[in-house]
Amino acid sequence: MVAISGNDTGSYGDDKPSFFARWFYSTNHKDIGTLYLIFGIISGLIGGFLSFMMRMELGEPGIQFFTNEHQYLVFVSMHGLIMIFFMVMPALIGGFGNWFVPIMIGAPDMAFPRMNNLSFWLLPTALICLLVSFVLPGSASGDGFGGGWVMYPPLSTSGSPGPAFDFIIIGLLAAGFSSIFGAINFITTILNMRAPGMTMHKMPLFAWSVLVTAFLLLLALPVLAAALFMLFTDRIDGGTGFFDPARGGDPQMFQHLFWFFGHPEVYIMILPAFGIISHIVSTFSKKPIFGYLGMAYAMVAIGVVGFVVWAHHMYTIGMDVNLKAYFLAATLVIAVPTGVKIFSWLATMWGGSIRYTIPMQWALAFIFLFVIGGVTGVVLANAGVDTALHDTYYVVAHFHYVLSMGAVFGIFAGFYYWFGKMFGIMYNKFLAAAHFWLFFIGVNVIFFPQHFLGMNGMPRRYVDYPADFELWNHVSTMGAMITLLGVVFFFLMLIEAFIVRRKVGDNYWGEGATTLEWTLSSPPPYHQFNTLPRIDEDPTEHDADKMH
Amino acid sequence: MRFLKAILGGSAIAGLSAFAAHAQDVVGRPSEGGMWFQKPATPVMEQLQDVHNLVFVIICAIVVLVVSLMLYIMIRFREKANPVPSKTSHNTMIEIVWTIAPVVLLLVMVVPSMQLLYYQDRLPETEMTVKVVGNTWNWQYSYPDYEDIDEIISNPLDETQAQEEGVPYLLATDAPLVVPVGTKVKVLVTSVSNMHSWAVPSFGVKMDAVPGLVNETWFEVYEEGTYYGQCSEICGIRHYFMPVEVRAVSQADFNQWVANGGSFTEAVADNSENQTTSGVATLAARD
Repeated sequence: MVAISGNDTGSYGDDKPSFFARWFYSTNHKDIGTLYLIFGIISGLIGGFLSFMMRMELGEPGIQFFTNEHQYLVFVSMHGLIMIFFMVMPALIGGFGNWFVPIMIGAPDMAFPRMNNLSFWLLPTALICLLVSFVLPGSASGDGFGGGWVMYPPLSTSGSPGPAFDFIIIGLLAAGFSSIFGAINFITTILNMRAPGMTMHKMPLFAWSVLVTAFLLLLALPVLAAALFMLFTDRIDGGTGFFDPARGGDPQMFQHLFWFFGHPEVYIMILPAFGIISHIVSTFSKKPIFGYLGMAYAMVAIGVVGFVVWAHHMYTIGMDVNLKAYFLAATLVIAVPTGVKIFSWLATMWGGSIRYTIPMQWALAFIFLFVIGGVTGVVLANAGVDTALHDTYYVVAHFHYVLSMGAVFGIFAGFYYWFGKMFGIMYNKFLAAAHFWLFFIGVNVIFFPQHFLGMNGMPRRYVDYPADFELWNHVSTMGAMITLLGVVFFFLMLIEAFIVRRKVGDNYWGEGATTLEWTLSSPPPYHQFNTLPRIDEDPTEHDADKMH
Repeated sequence: MRFLKAILGGSAIAGLSAFAAHAQDVVGRPSEGGMWFQKPATPVMEQLQDVHNLVFVIICAIVVLVVSLMLYIMIRFREKANPVPSKTSHNTMIEIVWTIAPVVLLLVMVVPSMQLLYYQDRLPETEMTVKVVGNTWNWQYSYPDYEDIDEIISNPLDETQAQEEGVPYLLATDAPLVVPVGTKVKVLVTSVSNMHSWAVPSFGVKMDAVPGLVNETWFEVYEEGTYYGQCSEICGIRHYFMPVEVRAVSQADFNQWVANGGSFTEAVADNSENQTTSGVATLAARD
């Protein structure tokens, strides 16, 4: 698509700071990206443990593992919060965003390196607040907060009087500020620090996806912060009554505020994965992205429409029917830009010369699973039909297909794609393939039967269920065990790779990999682009002119 | 709806309904290992299932299309079969087509979907009203139309009670909401504590119980029987243990029940046994 001239062969300070200064005062975008990735893996283990215990409990009717039902609800709530705020977001935006957005746009670093450091270190602090909440009194029923990740009042105010939830509010506020600082950093970097010739319409799609995501974060998270703060003051004795009907408040207002953040949040989690998948599909088809502008503006459209559909999470709260009709129609509209993305990926592969490497397998699985998760979203958008499916396992299946298999497959795809670039070494293909296949089969066995459970009427967040639901719950739990085995192979892959250390070259994927990170060494120099690269129109690429 | 069914693969929907009917041999509760909706017991649920099936056919077609395209591409354009990649990166025509085609599909589903939404949400002329209050953690029913009937507190049966009575644990209660069949019943739902959601899957009814707000919905049950549901909004430690049980009886039995101040007497029980409506008899036996 573009020819890149200008080379950074010059010697520039590649001396790294001492260990403590390097990893604790880090201002280098690549080091911070690595920290984010390690943090995401640790949080993923915690969140995964919580969900594995839930699946164990639900393997058969009755209460087997949990000391009481409240503890189960605590696990449900914390699984959601930890996976969203401390696994998916740090890995996709903090991890890959920090690592590759500056490199892809030809910038030496992020615009505000020290703020970048602050963004990261707020997160472990926030996670500690959440973990502390496990052992603090929550409600009369026990320790921890068991009000769901949605934190609806009155269950999160008068229903959970203990300090556990106050710690969660503080933790989430810290995580929210971390994301807002990160968003400011990404927007500034992308708008101001692109290399000469790198116009917006030549910018790689991953940078586009992070730019759109950063705007979503910037607009959505302050609303969450406000809602959390209102909960906080509502919880104080003699405090405010924003959501307390006895004092003139309205509990539904919290749901509107929460989902005004919550719906953009799901696009915050999936858009960077879209960007990663685009690069992988293009690289291993050895073709430029099909319909580049359509792909970029489809993400912008998803981001914009994502802000005006929030109440489809609240069809059963007793909204006016005309409002529901609006949210129904607006929600269906999102299917259009999403369809453009799917078809453009297929068209990118069409006519290509496709190599089935590990990252490409994850990317193809992503497309397949995202289509399934997407079409069940179309079912749920229909407010009338949603009456039967709202708050059932059908919804759980839907959002795990787009997140647990969409966002997470995007993370793993990116991880294997850039593993050599980030660490300079190649993974063992057998271990990586075992990880992929066990994970792919495992998550499908977990979540596909949950569609059946939901249609048959099984509600979410139930520690015990009528015996009629046993069969598919049992199957689902077996899927969790397969997935766990897949996770074991992921760690075996990591350990093996770092022991054996198979060195890789600058562009180990070959001709299809055309973005700037492949012009640098693997791993890249500690500071790259001391001489900025120039991006010029490639005279051999006639189509590029027609695009503008 | 019928028109749309006709143009959009009526036979596919018919096949689907046959499959669904096979799975729906039990009434008013989840079927064992079930993979589909519970058998519709009200006109709303029937229409809901029809709209769902229409959307389901469309989404299955989309999945089949995308997956077969993917498989074709993966085989046809693998490295060995196609060593030299093309350089095509746009085709305005096809980009317009794949933007417009989904819009058309969405328009096809939005019309019946809107019809269902308004049918479900706009209350018809209802013939009686019941009031549902969500407590932590049980349901409380009252009949504003009938002064003689006391408020009913509906607690779930524990496991041994449920086994003794041969009713499903985690669904059955000690005091169901009693309504007549063939009657449009308005349901007012509210809560005095945490939020709850009053849901009966086979009615197509799910309405949040929100403190400080009275929500309304409606249903009209076709046939006599017992219909179960479960609380569907997280409400604390007993969220899983506050089921909904609705007993639909004939108008005559309901009148008798009202006349008796909200209980089935021996007379009603005998009466219903004569009428061989076994469900009512079990209920009377439980009283």
